[in-house]
Amino acid sequence: MRRWRSFALFTVLAFGYAFLYVPILSLIVYSFNESRLVTVWAGFSTKWYGVLLENDQILSAAWLSLKIAVMNACGAVVLGALAGLVLARFGRFRGRTAFTTLITAPLVMPEVIIGLSLLMLFVALQNLIGWPETRGMTTITIAHLTFSTAYVTVVIQSRLSQMDVSIEEAALDLGAKPAKVFFVITVPVIAPALVAGWLLAFTLSLDDLVIASFVSGPGASTLPMVVYSSVRLGVSPQINALATIIVCIVTVAILIAGFIMHRQEKQRLDA
Amino acid sequence: MPVAQGARALQKLETWQDPKARPIVQIENVTKAFGSHYAVDDVSLEIFQGEFFSLLGASGCGKTTLLRMLAGLEAPDSGRIIIDGADMTHVPPYRRPVNMMFQSYALFPHMSVEQNIAFGLKQEGATQAQIRERVAEMLHLVRLEPYAKRRPHQLSGGQRQRVALARSLAKHPRLLLLDEPLGALDKKLREHTQFELVNIQEQLGTTFIMVTHDQEEAMTMSTRIAVMDEGRILQTGSPATIYEYPATRYVADFIGSVNLFDGRVTGEADGVLLIHCDEVGSTMAIAHGEPLPVGTPVSVALRPEKMMVTDVKPESEFNVLRGVVSEIAYLGDVSIYYVALPNKTLVHVQLTNLARNTNAPMTWEQDVWLTWEPENGVVLQS
Repeated sequence: MRRWRSFALFTVLAFGYAFLYVPILSLIVYSFNESRLVTVWAGFSTKWYGVLLENDQILSAAWLSLKIAVMNACGAVVLGALAGLVLARFGRFRGRTAFTTLITAPLVMPEVIIGLSLLMLFVALQNLIGWPETRGMTTITIAHLTFSTAYVTVVIQSRLSQMDVSIEEAALDLGAKPAKVFFVITVPVIAPALVAGWLLAFTLSLDDLVIASFVSGPGASTLPMVVYSSVRLGVSPQINALATIIVCIVTVAILIAGFIMHRQEKQRLDA
Repeated sequence: MPVAQGARALQKLETWQDPKARPIVQIENVTKAFGSHYAVDDVSLEIFQGEFFSLLGASGCGKTTLLRMLAGLEAPDSGRIIIDGADMTHVPPYRRPVNMMFQSYALFPHMSVEQNIAFGLKQEGATQAQIRERVAEMLHLVRLEPYAKRRPHQLSGGQRQRVALARSLAKHPRLLLLDEPLGALDKKLREHTQFELVNIQEQLGTTFIMVTHDQEEAMTMSTRIAVMDEGRILQTGSPATIYEYPATRYVADFIGSVNLFDGRVTGEADGVLLIHCDEVGSTMAIAHGEPLPVGTPVSVALRPEKMMVTDVKPESEFNVLRGVVSEIAYLGDVSIYYVALPNKTLVHVQLTNLARNTNAPMTWEQDVWLTWEPENGVVLQS
């Protein structure tokens, strides 16, 4: 009876993992396929990685995505830290509820609507004041900022409300002015949340297809857009190779973030 | 109730009784409300140089709010706070000659012990050499030299408490505020640290204001205590005054244990009031400074150790209560007898066990009489 139960539990677990990771595993395996047909195995080869590295379209799209993701992450951390600080430290001010709702609304807003509304905004702005002249990197970055700031705010606000306020008060009491307290005490203490927020915003931006498709213009295609359009013309093993590289990078990033957060948690419990 | 007060009082001039002394802290009619709740309600207080002053009260009585207003972390709604002759009511915390030791210690988790202690000095713009010297001095004071490079999370509770103390003393504050400084320590360490804190205070001569809910702690450490309840100060005085001459029923009950009897004044002779207590059917003669009109409702407070228990009916017509021993708690040094009066009121009486192995003079269910001297009771009007 007991053996049967543990067997059943193990099966459920195996199915769960399989459901989550077999697609990714098969993708990685086929990136080393000799054949140009994705579904037919014809022996081990790394030639698609070589082909990928000579594909200027994909490389420039990857470079564009990376630039946008970094700018977006930095901007979102600054804006998110400010918004989180206001929500966690300024008590019950007038319009707090409205502020909270408006800041976090992009979390639940459908991407299609965000993308469409931003596109209309940019077009209207261009007609009115002549800016932005073309849609591309700038508009995509702005669009990504609007929704990733919401995520970063939530992360930073929750860390700030867990933080012992008397640490900041002690710094004030010892003669540091409020701005100095923020940079010398608050920022180092919430640094893990800032890093986590940065990584989150970075991934969200790197990942986004829908909003970027709306607000980008000719000649500015992000990596997800290039992948999506090339898949419509038939999947090339190049894409598998690209996906494998991305999976590796993301895995490493997650491991680092997890390690930092674990260490911080341990310090917090010890303190 | 340990009252380690006598020696200290002899050594020191009782500054609060010196008419020429200028208070270092003057709190004038300070009020602070959170919403409709008055945390601090029209409090006035003067504290003098070199005092170890305690604000004592149950949680939520406003003592911490008052302390935070002295630090500048809360602003009073009305009233003034004067520190060292200067009006500090609306001065921000980083410009006050005051430092605070927080209940959670509030050590900076990303800095070493050394850096924590040096933080305040750096804000003052002290030179590297001055900072090094002062940090070494403070580490020596709290005996933490070997731990200078450690981070707070690598220290024990007692060590963290000492870092917090060193950090708050590093800037030579005119006034040190301590919010439940021993609250997070276990009992044994707490008793040891009490004396250590008092010694450091005497060594430095800094004025300390401590917030605590622990009456024993306040009695042991303070020169004076202010007992607070519902945002008001009920009584201010030395530990002995507060214990022996409580001003209100709340103070009498909060400090130590006490038996309270309600009654009415029926007469007065030679500074002794006659009070009849209907519920226990007894007339009590209690010494009281000022005469009160006949019929005034009062309470009589009797400390358990200030009563005698006998198994022989006393001669006296006043200050006698008859009862039956209902419980005996043997605590080694003392025994506490719970005596049930005819109206079921339980009176507790404490007797010191002077000789070893003597058979207890009283046993359960025995008829006994309680007596006391007029000087041993206190008449309370509120």
